[in-house]
Amino acid sequence: MLLADEVATHQPVLSDNPYQPYLARIVRIEKMIENTQVFTLRFLDEHLVRSFRHQPGQFVMLSIPGTGEMPISISSSPTRPEVLELCVRRVGRVTSALYRMRTNDVVGVRGPYGNGYPMQEIAGHDLLLAAGGLGMAPLRSLLWYALDHRDQFHNLTLMYGSKRPEDMLFRQELVALVDRADINCLLTVDADPSGTWKNHVGLLPTMFDYAKIDPARTYAAVCGPPVVYKFILQRLLNLGFPKNRILMSLERRMKCGVGKCGHCSIGYKYTCLHGPIFTYWDAINLPEMI
Amino acid sequence: MKILKLPKDKLDLFASVVQQFGELHAPVEQDGKYAFKRLTHWSDARLDYDRTILPPKKYFLPPREALFHYRPGEGFVPATEGLDKRIVLFGVHACDIYALNILDRVYAGKLNIQDRVYTGPYHDPYYQARRKNIAIIGIDCVPDKQCFCRSMRADFVDHGFDLFFYDTGDYYQVLVGTALGDDMVLATGRLFEPVEHGDIAEYKSRSLEKRQAFQLEVEIRDLPEIFEMEYQSQVWDELGKQCLSCGSCSMVCPTCYCYDVADDVELGSRAGTRTRSWDSCLFASHAQIASGENFRHSRASRIKFRFYHKQRGFVAEYGRPSCVGCGRCISACPVNIDVVQVLESLRRVEHVASR
Repeated sequence: MLLADEVATHQPVLSDNPYQPYLARIVRIEKMIENTQVFTLRFLDEHLVRSFRHQPGQFVMLSIPGTGEMPISISSSPTRPEVLELCVRRVGRVTSALYRMRTNDVVGVRGPYGNGYPMQEIAGHDLLLAAGGLGMAPLRSLLWYALDHRDQFHNLTLMYGSKRPEDMLFRQELVALVDRADINCLLTVDADPSGTWKNHVGLLPTMFDYAKIDPARTYAAVCGPPVVYKFILQRLLNLGFPKNRILMSLERRMKCGVGKCGHCSIGYKYTCLHGPIFTYWDAINLPEMI
Repeated sequence: MKILKLPKDKLDLFASVVQQFGELHAPVEQDGKYAFKRLTHWSDARLDYDRTILPPKKYFLPPREALFHYRPGEGFVPATEGLDKRIVLFGVHACDIYALNILDRVYAGKLNIQDRVYTGPYHDPYYQARRKNIAIIGIDCVPDKQCFCRSMRADFVDHGFDLFFYDTGDYYQVLVGTALGDDMVLATGRLFEPVEHGDIAEYKSRSLEKRQAFQLEVEIRDLPEIFEMEYQSQVWDELGKQCLSCGSCSMVCPTCYCYDVADDVELGSRAGTRTRSWDSCLFASHAQIASGENFRHSRASRIKFRFYHKQRGFVAEYGRPSCVGCGRCISACPVNIDVVQVLESLRRVEHVASR
């Protein structure tokens, strides 16, 4: 419907366009594991470099000009601003195009989107991060946020498991956390064929034997392949965790990131608006969640 | 609300005046059916139409539209072609206006705050621009055997139009919905007349007739609860076997708004265009992610999702079903899946042998 007061002064300007990608330069490409790299991006516009703020657990829509757009969770912590680190596995058309790009090439970024982890709610509690395989990518933002705001949390525990040492994301920086006193960093691999791994060998749920978890005052952030959810969630429930203090990060197809295109809907929730962080209570109340 | 009347024999005069507010579009006959099209002659308009093949949604969310042009060095430049085009849509039925009001909740964002309805946190500026530039003149209608708008509470609208015409015999009784609608009335000079008691009585008796003309009825109260209870129902498996996943129901639906986005590169250059186009949750790719995993792999899960989203999910998010009962999906389905029958079969009480 046409608004009368806009007839005379009408201008077809798309101001405040939520679909507008902003150009960002790839400033660093680091290989993590086979087919998974971390792309460090910095906006061309210095104003954006300073004004961009996100919450741990949020994501951006990454555009590769001429190929397309996709949602990628932000792996860097908001406490370390000015660049965005995106951990991307090469799986499809758009990620393959990204892998053909080099340092100094330009991509498009818009966001941040999604709810992120409820940091104000978590503050003052213990925090348990449990990740398997590529699940470390979204949790890394939360990890460094917690370490950089260490006084806001009580006990901090990270359990991270991968198949082999060479499949572990951010291995170098995580191994460096093992000796720190302010975090119980439990790294484990299913197998260590090379025999060089100095941390745990065993399935991820066995790490509970090395952790002191008080379900009455802990938030658990879990991310990983379905098998991780299956066993970790069971373990947390057995410990007596309230279902709304188990936080999961979900992945869906997305074309818009802002609740319009419909692709990421689960039941009546949009992963992009209501998620990607859902509680376990959400998960059991929504069909098709996991 | 300002209410006036227009003598029916002055309608063509009104139509000629209203063209100064934008390009005139109305339902015209097309192969025995109807479609909203640009009018070349007022006499082509068929205001007695039953339903158009595609809803007026096509004007606000075109089947394909460019979002950005990518130019190396400049980045993503918003595509604004056609957004400022002024159109007057003449002869939109109440259910279709209601459907646009529903789309507003999802797409209009801040535009709709004045109506105090919940809207999503983000607006869609392309939709919003078209919504501002396309005037709507509604017209009442007589329900046919596929209409169930009354059940979906969409047989009348109280906003979302600039003018709304009710047929009262020799006159149209006209509701003036916006300042622009009022400008249209004023631009005609003295064509419109004040309404009298007799006109209102005539309106009421026709309203009663319309109510009695409905042949289809659906009970929507507690439908969300029934959807939850019947989530594992056999009904969905049977529908999954029938459904062809063709997406016709989504294309003709006045409230289906899913879209896909694709980037195209111009040959011999690095410039390109980002285009969005209508999509359907019935298509196999709708919930498939890059790694190949598909959250709704089976047809049964996809058709269940479509029903669930419209009749249950939308209620939770926006306070009402997103279906307006226009009956288009009933006509469009090649295998005769009928939304009313589906809802009835979910409600059916199966007598369980007493234990």
